[in-house]
Amino acid sequence: MNKIYSKEIMKHFKKPKNVGKMKDFSGCGKVGNIICGDVLWLYIKVVKNKKGQEIIKKATFSTFGCTVAIANSSLVTTLVQGKTLEAAMKIKKEDLLKKLGKVPPAKIHCSLLAADALSEAIFDYLEKNKRRIPEELKKNHQRIEKEKRIIAKRYQDWASLEEKIHGK
Amino acid sequence: MAKNKKIIYFDYAATTPIDPRVAKETNFYLKKFFGNTMSLHNIGQAAKEVLEKDRQKIADLVGAKSQEIIFTSSATESNNLVLKGVAFQNKKKGNHIIISSIEHDCILNSAEWLESEGFEITRLKVDKNGLVDPKEVKKAIKKETILVSVIHASNEIGTIEPIEEIGKICREKKNSQGIPYFHTDAAQTFGKIPIDVNKMNVDLLTASSHKIYGPKGAAFLFLKQGVKITPLLHGGGHEFGLRSSTVNLPAIAGFTKAAEICHAEMKEESIRLKKMRDKLIEGVLKNIPGSHLTGHLKNRLVNNASFWFQFVEGESIIMLLDSLAIAASTGSACSSNSLEPSHVLLALGLRPQEAHGSLRLSLGRWTTEKEIDYLLEKLPSVIENLRKISPFKRRKM
Repeated sequence: MNKIYSKEIMKHFKKPKNVGKMKDFSGCGKVGNIICGDVLWLYIKVVKNKKGQEIIKKATFSTFGCTVAIANSSLVTTLVQGKTLEAAMKIKKEDLLKKLGKVPPAKIHCSLLAADALSEAIFDYLEKNKRRIPEELKKNHQRIEKEKRIIAKRYQDWASLEEKIHGK
Repeated sequence: MAKNKKIIYFDYAATTPIDPRVAKETNFYLKKFFGNTMSLHNIGQAAKEVLEKDRQKIADLVGAKSQEIIFTSSATESNNLVLKGVAFQNKKKGNHIIISSIEHDCILNSAEWLESEGFEITRLKVDKNGLVDPKEVKKAIKKETILVSVIHASNEIGTIEPIEEIGKICREKKNSQGIPYFHTDAAQTFGKIPIDVNKMNVDLLTASSHKIYGPKGAAFLFLKQGVKITPLLHGGGHEFGLRSSTVNLPAIAGFTKAAEICHAEMKEESIRLKKMRDKLIEGVLKNIPGSHLTGHLKNRLVNNASFWFQFVEGESIIMLLDSLAIAASTGSACSSNSLEPSHVLLALGLRPQEAHGSLRLSLGRWTTEKEIDYLLEKLPSVIENLRKISPFKRRKM
């Protein structure tokens, strides 16, 4: 038994479910940054059920990252499967953390990425289909974009550092 | 991990298990010699006698005089004592300190703290193999320089630095008071390669017990006669007034025993480890596409094999290996509490995304060829499985 991570994390990490890109996806959320060491791409396929509600038929992921990032990606794809869009939007970071069990404090950041990716994938689907986007999804999207810009700025520093080293 | 499954340990650079011969020695002194070396009675003086004998033994191993050896609790303590002790003792003579950019955190963070206290720090760049250029040291030394500190061999990438040459330059640049001083952190080399403080031209040298199959809690600092430092710990005046604290005799006795064993077996053990290390490096580079060696190919510790792998993240490599009962380490950001990857790997010119994929395998006394084979059998599929999950497998990062 691993002493850092819970059983649930190790289960998803060692045998992740729904791995890979999706060709005919309805929405895709790309979050994280390679510079920080975590990149998570989440794909969703949205269809209508018999009642005419939109449901997530399937979700898949590709992740570059640590144990928690991979486990969380797998977990979120299993959680949303078969859920209505409305219900999927209600999945919160806290729900994921609760499902995963204890996460070391330094790893909370990594375990939040999957929730962001789901939010972005639904945002992508709604935007592409010119649908009304709920306020909370919009806010999430703006925050994620802002974080991306901050990291891109930081990457500039890395780039110049790299130039300095190689340009010697 | 299954309870009875034997763990294959590839993390000897982090710490080593105690050698049974050393454990026996440590135990003996733990039980029989409880005296305080500062006490005047027989019980105290018996402990003192052991301490001074051990001091002489350690001194002999590195070509020093016994009064030039100070026992401390750890390499971290020795290195703190060097940086802060030299800085505070000599602040009227100068405020400039030179270190390399691939020092251990205890040097790096001590230097950073001194910087916040008004000292000026120069961090020397290294080349892509991690080598410090002695010419750069020469250029960096100025009249305010009081200390130059360069690690003997990197704990992460195993590159061995040209200490003798850098020491020669420092010696040539010394003023009439013998300043700047030259220090090397030999925590990764003492007991593994021969050390002669005179040949290496060092004024100060750090070494540690737990890296060489000795107990935790013992280390030493070689301090050349005439070198002046301010102590960190003030008190009863142990260790020539430079490190007050009741002496940890069992740990020091164990350390001394461990050092003697390492030196007696050094030649044969080096040959054995080098053979296995080379097999490991060749096997990994050959069998795993997108794998890269970090550190110098030739000037490298015989027990260090370190790599980075494209498209995968180091912490997840470690956890998958751990589930196969293989213990190793990484310089990825996710392995630490910071959000940045290893400063050593970045100093080599690796991009952060490359440094995130790093893996360090370090060998030691109980590593067998069978273990190397097992690792070479398992590692390719570990990397492959993570690449299957990674979005980057066929893209340029």
